[in-house]
Amino acid sequence: MTPSVPPATDNRPGSGADLLLPVPDDDGAPFWEYAARGELRVQACAGCDALRFPPRPCCPNCRSFAARWQRMSGRGRIWSYVLPHPPLLPAYAEQPGYNAIIVELAEAPRIRLVGNLVTAADAPLNSVDPARLRIGAPVKAVFHTMPGGVTVPRWLLERP
Amino acid sequence: MGPTLKDATAIAGIGQTPFARQLPESEKTLACRAIVAALDDAGISPSEVDAFASYTMEETDEVEIAKAIGAGDLTHFSKVGFGGGGSCATVAHLAAAIATGQASVGVAWRSRKRGSGPRPWKNTQVQLPTPGQWTRPFGLLRPADEIGMLARRYMHEYGATRDHLFNVALACRNRANQNPAAIMYERPLTREMYMTARWISEPLCLFDNCLETDGALACVVVSAERARDCRQRPVYVHSAAQGLPAQHHGMVNYWNDDPLTGPAWAAARHLWKGADLGPQDVDVAQIYDAFTPLIPLSLEGYGFCERGEGAAFTEGGALETGGRLPLNTGGGGLSEAYVHGFNLITEGVKQLRGTSTAQVPDAATCLVTAGEGVPTSALLLRS
Repeated sequence: MTPSVPPATDNRPGSGADLLLPVPDDDGAPFWEYAARGELRVQACAGCDALRFPPRPCCPNCRSFAARWQRMSGRGRIWSYVLPHPPLLPAYAEQPGYNAIIVELAEAPRIRLVGNLVTAADAPLNSVDPARLRIGAPVKAVFHTMPGGVTVPRWLLERP
Repeated sequence: MGPTLKDATAIAGIGQTPFARQLPESEKTLACRAIVAALDDAGISPSEVDAFASYTMEETDEVEIAKAIGAGDLTHFSKVGFGGGGSCATVAHLAAAIATGQASVGVAWRSRKRGSGPRPWKNTQVQLPTPGQWTRPFGLLRPADEIGMLARRYMHEYGATRDHLFNVALACRNRANQNPAAIMYERPLTREMYMTARWISEPLCLFDNCLETDGALACVVVSAERARDCRQRPVYVHSAAQGLPAQHHGMVNYWNDDPLTGPAWAAARHLWKGADLGPQDVDVAQIYDAFTPLIPLSLEGYGFCERGEGAAFTEGGALETGGRLPLNTGGGGLSEAYVHGFNLITEGVKQLRGTSTAQVPDAATCLVTAGEGVPTSALLLRS
């Protein structure tokens, strides 16, 4: 697929979400293309199989320029989290108590993804009671298509 | 053994403008005022300046500055990357240039109107695709959020508490309360104020975050020999280092093997390698404090304690005057002024001249650091 650069924000009135959309670079574009198909994939070296994130042109382990995208199970654990409060961009300030989390992937704990813990793929960013957030909690990936048409991974508690 | 920076150069002059939430003059005017003051402090004519060094997020440039202050021909000018990580590197670059004969009188400066200007993170148009694509859509918007993630993990792994972060905020505030130039000069901080403050990015509250300040500062670097003929007591650049560790990822430092050891560790290894001194010899420290958790991380990185002990290090008044390591004695970015750490350099110079408003008796060595988390830099100064 050809990487396409979406607008930085989705400003359609009434969308309820002027949330920032990912602005992919050449290396990152496949991640978002696979996400649009509901697949969580991480770049892997075609030479030595080492996984790497964020994606980049060359393997820091063996310097091969050949890469593939390895499908992950979508399971992981919360490595850390914050609860951002104002001052924030308006679309985020409208969802008080929202969380941002870092997930370490079950198959590759040193691959960590920033995301949001939600009660359902399309639920608001503040749908989980902050008291439920805990480092080490097992989570699984779901996919949410943002109003701007970009699909992002989000995370559900394995034991809600 | 090749040439070395060790004590080859010295900071001979420092200058600053007032600090305020809002100053009426432009960044360029403020920069010129600070630079002219620093040269006057050294007793060196602006026409002798032949080198400049700055760091990114600086809106004034050497062309305009040199033209305005009447500098001579410039033969060395550099701009270091990564905002607050570059503060100490400006002095390091000037020291290297002067020690190798590329220049003779160097000026480093920082001018910033952060208090009256916009918050950088609100400009969503200039977010770099990498790594912003992996963080911004999820509402990890601001440096406070990015450091909050590391703080939460650090607290989880090592049992650090908000009281440890309060120890940092309090030490800086107490020193600011002694410093008439500090924004927080007349505003004491209590534990109750800290514990009931509003959140910015939980686990970080208002008082875990630096100020937003207008102001400018500068310092003048010359050879050690020249410095001995200047107006002020020389403060020698004993050792200097930059640090961008292998597999580092900028302030969003979650993607290497060990996110809780950042650039400070890399800078420290080089800094101590080039020094006759070790952490145990440091009398006073000016450690970059955009956020309180950067202090325990830096204490570990620069070797004042072991991994995971940085929070505990702050206990028992260790960072206060008379403590194990008096910290940020002008009030730092948390309570004097947030000018991307340049006030930490000038405060280090004041300590080694014996003129700080919170003077450590007989201070002879001072560590100054730039931002931890971003690619960083550090100086070891001695009198």
